Amino acid sequence: MHIISAKKIVKTFHNGVTDQTVLRGVSLDVALGEFVIIIGRSGAGKSTLLYQLGLLDHPTSGSLRIGEVDTENLSSNARTEFRLTELGYIFQDYALVPELTASENIIVPLLMSGFSKKESLILAKDALKKVGIEDKWNNLPSQLSGGEQQRVSVARAIAGKPKIIFADEPTANLDSESSALVVNLFRTLHEEGQTIVMVTHEEEYTQYADRVVTLRDGEIVDIKSK
Amino acid sequence: MNYKSISVGTFLAVRQIRRANIWTNTLIIFVMTLTFLNLVVVGGILVGLIEASVKSNRTHYSSDLLLSNLLEKTYIEGSTKIIKFAEGLPEVSAVTARYVESGRLEAGYKERTRQGDILDNATGLVTGIDPAKENEVTELASKVVEGEYLDSGDEDQILIGGNLLFKYSPIDSPGLRNLKQAGLGSRVRLVVNGNTKEVTIKGIIKSKVGELDQRIFMVDRVLRGMIGRTDYNVDEIAIKLKDPAYVNQVQQILTDEGFARVAKIRTWNEAQPKFLVDIKDAFALLGDIIGSVGLVVASITIFIVIFVNAITRRKYIGILKGVGIDSFAIEVAYIIQSLFYAVAGTLIGILILYFVLVPFIDAHPINFPFSDGILVATVSGTLWRAFALLVATIIAGYIPAKIVSRQNTLDAILGR
Repeated sequence: MHIISAKKIVKTFHNGVTDQTVLRGVSLDVALGEFVIIIGRSGAGKSTLLYQLGLLDHPTSGSLRIGEVDTENLSSNARTEFRLTELGYIFQDYALVPELTASENIIVPLLMSGFSKKESLILAKDALKKVGIEDKWNNLPSQLSGGEQQRVSVARAIAGKPKIIFADEPTANLDSESSALVVNLFRTLHEEGQTIVMVTHEEEYTQYADRVVTLRDGEIVDIKSK
Repeated sequence: MNYKSISVGTFLAVRQIRRANIWTNTLIIFVMTLTFLNLVVVGGILVGLIEASVKSNRTHYSSDLLLSNLLEKTYIEGSTKIIKFAEGLPEVSAVTARYVESGRLEAGYKERTRQGDILDNATGLVTGIDPAKENEVTELASKVVEGEYLDSGDEDQILIGGNLLFKYSPIDSPGLRNLKQAGLGSRVRLVVNGNTKEVTIKGIIKSKVGELDQRIFMVDRVLRGMIGRTDYNVDEIAIKLKDPAYVNQVQQILTDEGFARVAKIRTWNEAQPKFLVDIKDAFALLGDIIGSVGLVVASITIFIVIFVNAITRRKYIGILKGVGIDSFAIEVAYIIQSLFYAVAGTLIGILILYFVLVPFIDAHPINFPFSDGILVATVSGTLWRAFALLVATIIAGYIPAKIVSRQNTLDAILGR
């Protein structure tokens, strides 16, 4: 069963003078519980593909189904709602809100999802425990190391128990020790049945994926399954 | 728009305010305080200039009720009956009656050597009063700035309004004559109804009330003798009430008694000089215009503050949207922040207004030529301006928040 079904995704950017096509008809299916890693050189279109799959951007053409939902006709508000309830994100630069503590960064989307404050606190605590930094509960992002911030980011992504987690180069800004911690987290989540789509340029992590998709110049040039 | 968005917006706003730089918060609140004060104080002082003049006019001239002769009559007929009736009313505290007649003062007449020289003279309203009763009603003695107040036994002594003396009103114009050679203790000649009497200036009145500063006061008995008024009918009766709130009620009682047939019965408000009413209206309008400009400035200030805040946090707004926070929740967060700054600024402004500025200006009135300016800040007017500021703030906070929160989510996250 495919939880993501992308067909002939094209993404073209217009800069007013010229058009630049970054994705050239990419088709990709992701099965439920699968751990897919997308690799490729800088400029290959990895992150752009992730943004299309994660509903952060609109493809220029092509179709995308997530679960039973055809995302093409979703309104902006519906896409936001869909991201909130069905998807989790981990960004390269952690993307934590600086005025919110580690726990608050996790709680905000939970409150928006309709959880009560009490329920949100419990879920946030569980998520922080899972990523091993529950003692950083009250720390602001500025009081955390890069690795700790990325773990908060992971905790935020998983707290609401989304169907799919999208991770955009989550280890790019981390030292090797922190990177290993984060990747191990993904392995654990995957073992628990979580669907993960991760973009990276670090090939050593591909060993953990069910499938490795290689992009070059906006096209899939290779797919390796375990 | 839903409860969840409002709840999350509030959650975000509280934390953004609490964890923002304290100096930034202080500066924004300071700006809002000044904006609020600008809104209230400028208009309040403009109105206060006239209000002080109105207040002085009431305290020192008309008192709560002023009865004066009808236009077609030279005096109030049956004055003694009216005075007696008014004094018998339980609401009345004191009554004073005045004889008023045009008169001319001449100074330096003994030194005039040549026939063609213009005599140093000034014209004014000669007012005969019972000094004790007049003081009880209008506190006239408090306005004697030089010399002494009248005694009931004074025969040839007068009080003179400052406008009639060059020393106090240095205007040199053919149309506005005042005495250049006279001062306290000077012997001057008073001409009323063709009768002349040499009098001494016993005291000088300077009140910033035109009706007083243009008058010459003397004991009523003496003026009565000069104008030959033997029937005791007077030209003005000022009535002071125990509780000014009953002014309309007492006016009605006097009217019902039939006194309106022989006198104009006016409340202090109706007895204000027309020019004061006109200036008051004009200044109120001016105050409103300045206040409106202040409101626009306040709105722009808040707009800029929120816009800069939102623009610098554009990436985080994108992240919030990226993880599923809807635009309305983000807008609510910014509206609440705007409201916080406006409410904090307004509250501090109100404290400064009522605990510092109003008492200070009351104690140290602003010295204007026609009044001792006070700061008028009625509670209703202040609340109305505070409300207007809050509404303007909500709008000014909402617009930039909307502009920024509606931007493309990915562009905001990536800073494109």
